[in-house]
Amino acid sequence: MYLVKYSVKRLMMLIPVILGVTLILYFVMALAPGNPARQILGANASDEQMAALEAEMGLDQPIIVQYARYILRAVQLDFGTSWINGNDVLTTFLSKLPNTLLVALVATLWAIALGIPIGIYSAVKQYSLFDYGSMIVAMLLFSLPAFWMGILSQILFCVVLRWLPATGIGDWRHLILPALILGANTLAAMIRMSRTSMLDVLKQDYIRTARAKGASKRRAVLKHAVGNSMIPVITQIGISFAGCIGGAVVTETVFTIPGIGAMLINAVKARDIPVVMGSVIFIAIIVGVINLIVDLICAKVDPRIDLAA
Amino acid sequence: MAIRRKQRALERSTWQLIAFRFSKNRLAMAGVIVLALMILAILLAPLYMPYDEMIRQDVFNKLQPPSAQHLLGTDELGRDLLARVLYGGRISLFGGMVTIAIAFVAGCIIGGAAGYFGGKVDTVLMRIIDMLMAIPPVLLAMAILTALGNGLFNLIISLAISQIPRFARVVRSAVLTLRGLEYVDAARCYGCSSLKIILRHILPNGIGPIVVSATLTLGQIILSISSMGFLGLGVASPTPEWGTIISENKLNLRYCPYLGLAPGICICLAVMAVNFIGDGLRDAFDPKTKN
Amino acid sequence: MAQDIQSNSEKFLLDIRDLHVQYHTDDAVVCALNGFNLQVRRGEKLGLVGETGAGKTTMALSVLRLLPEKIGKITAGSILYGEDDLVEQTEAFMLGLRGRRISMIFQDAMTSLNPIVSVGDQIMEVLDLHAPGMSRHEKSERVDRILTMVGIPPARKAEFPYQFSGGMKQRIVIAMALIAEPELLLADEPTTALDVTIQAQILDMMGRLKEQFNTAVVLITHDLGVVAEFCDRVAVVYAGKVVEEGTVEQVFGRARNHPYTVGLLNCIPDLESTAARLIPIPGQMVDPTRLPPGCAFADRCAHCMDVCRREPPEMNERDGHRILCHLFKEREG
Repeated sequence: MYLVKYSVKRLMMLIPVILGVTLILYFVMALAPGNPARQILGANASDEQMAALEAEMGLDQPIIVQYARYILRAVQLDFGTSWINGNDVLTTFLSKLPNTLLVALVATLWAIALGIPIGIYSAVKQYSLFDYGSMIVAMLLFSLPAFWMGILSQILFCVVLRWLPATGIGDWRHLILPALILGANTLAAMIRMSRTSMLDVLKQDYIRTARAKGASKRRAVLKHAVGNSMIPVITQIGISFAGCIGGAVVTETVFTIPGIGAMLINAVKARDIPVVMGSVIFIAIIVGVINLIVDLICAKVDPRIDLAA
Repeated sequence: MAIRRKQRALERSTWQLIAFRFSKNRLAMAGVIVLALMILAILLAPLYMPYDEMIRQDVFNKLQPPSAQHLLGTDELGRDLLARVLYGGRISLFGGMVTIAIAFVAGCIIGGAAGYFGGKVDTVLMRIIDMLMAIPPVLLAMAILTALGNGLFNLIISLAISQIPRFARVVRSAVLTLRGLEYVDAARCYGCSSLKIILRHILPNGIGPIVVSATLTLGQIILSISSMGFLGLGVASPTPEWGTIISENKLNLRYCPYLGLAPGICICLAVMAVNFIGDGLRDAFDPKTKN
Repeated sequence: MAQDIQSNSEKFLLDIRDLHVQYHTDDAVVCALNGFNLQVRRGEKLGLVGETGAGKTTMALSVLRLLPEKIGKITAGSILYGEDDLVEQTEAFMLGLRGRRISMIFQDAMTSLNPIVSVGDQIMEVLDLHAPGMSRHEKSERVDRILTMVGIPPARKAEFPYQFSGGMKQRIVIAMALIAEPELLLADEPTTALDVTIQAQILDMMGRLKEQFNTAVVLITHDLGVVAEFCDRVAVVYAGKVVEEGTVEQVFGRARNHPYTVGLLNCIPDLESTAARLIPIPGQMVDPTRLPPGCAFADRCAHCMDVCRREPPEMNERDGHRILCHLFKEREG
């Protein structure tokens, strides 16, 4: 019960955050040069047409009134329509979200499944060849630009070898390359984070206590070290997942996936403010929910965290 | 003998010790050398590679593989790739540094004010910071870029703003911890002047995490700038930038992979060098965290 | 000699002979133990005293063969435990020994417990490891019983370490060490981190439990008061060697002591004496990376002679009271 109460409380705390972010963006956008009406109607529009549209969009009102109107409508789930194609922002976002979430989820999952064991093993075998190898791999993955890896892998696997489809969505084979590329950064983060955390935990007294009880090194690591070392790693998973949603901008462009990343790029290029504004709000909510889930998992693992307090 | 050596080591200033520990780190020194060479090559490019080479189109010599005349070959418009990579580095590398500098200064002011004044100032500033942290930095930068419109300057401003929250946090926590530390009180008790306290005691201990986080973020920013360039945000072709160079050559990569390799490797090398320096600085500032 | 060992194995539970342990770090070799000799009889309470860095903890970790991997190494000597030389045993043998026949309590109870496992499960793990055939119900009952013995309500066993105070954590650690009823308990500064009042309670409880299980206890401490109160016999350690060994009466009687022990005893404040100040031992402990050829205490010793700097001293024994010092050889010789 207290979990539900806690979750509701946490989600309520998102409201001021979203209000603040939209306010900041609204003011920046309002101060920026360029006239939206001109943007929508094109360079050939007459002054009367412009004035009519401005009145219709409320652009002739002070910024604070415009903002209040926007929020009032947003509360009723009306986030406006795209300035470019006139589609409803919320509907468009929701229709594209599954594509993005699916790739981000697969990317995060494989990176966790591979990265955490590698990181833990590296820490247990510190200074071994495996350790040096995995640190080099992690450093490389941190430094390689995703779009570059994306294009090169596309050419290799899709054009030259013809093993995988190059672009678009469809069955699982379309997922492989985008998920691999998108997860590369998470993999690097997982390896480094679990290694550092594990090294720290292995130095703790309770590991020595476990060994003195007669636990083998293997058992001490698996039963006593892994659980404790995962607490900071879980937090990192949340951060990395949010990062994957940001990274979708690149992978969805390279692999032509109709997700929110590709949508955002077009919106930013065209300065389609309602779409960008709506997307930022929705993504802030998604990230908020992810952080909540992460904190719930942390509380499950670590008895010292008391959510009720 | 050894005791005297130890004594001498203690007499060295904190800064010398940090520099000494840093110079002992081979990976970090390799990073410094690589980065220095790249910066020199880019800065001195006008001396050995005429700017003209970069924009001159030569359709008869398009898509040439690397040769003595064009060390990295030419693109589909016959432009020299080496020249484009060298001049593109100005934006990719120095753009990143400017971004970090702006975010660093703004973060120090905001975080420092929050930590130093505390109370209401702290609450208000941190609330705003929390709001901005709720959005992944890439998306925040894109949203601000939408508002400001395309262009290199706006790109740098957007990326800088997206990083300010993190810097402000690091600076604030550094100020908060140091303000209450016992050795600072102790130094004050035995009569150190405020300036001396700040220079000798607070700065070396407080600046560490900030510099480290700036260096490690620089790598991410270099990646962001080239990603944005690749996506056509901020700077766009024909302005050379490592990301836009890859973008403008992407259709020819299958048969001329060298067109993509050079700029990609440059990005990777620069980011890696910066990351190694960052790791080295972290270990030098705080040897305890070294594994 | 072989016969000697044979007869000793009946007399002693633990017989450490000429043990040498070194720590290899990046820039130095630390000689932590340099010919360490110690005998522990069944069921006795032995106090091991000495300054920080004298090698007390190293000795305990060597017995359990839990020296830090790759850094700490036993370079010579033997650790006879019953019939077996622990230096030569396999890891599999040691796994059966640790926690079952020899237990250890570490210095800091605050950090000795895994923060995310309930205390009951942590105690029960000893039984999981050493009594795999035991039913879960029986294990649970054993845990309840030992918790009651150390003064923790068994109902609290599902709680986590952070929910207990420092003294209670130490009780839990002791319960963990004793649940398998070991023959030998190595207690490394078990009360140092605790309040004086709690300290007395813990020692009192350890004493009672020790009687119940007939466990031999090696109490490692730098607190001579604790030793005088708790132990039957004392061994004084300096720079990786036992320099004096005897019953509490012999050592604390001050009739005949190693100069280092004299120094230690002079550091205890005496409520009855009117002395205005304590007498500290001059100088600092010898650098364990560069041991002198002669006696390691020579530099700080008030009775230092030429021979002390040249040759290492030998053990001199009278009525089981043993002192490692040139001073006594000369007197008796």
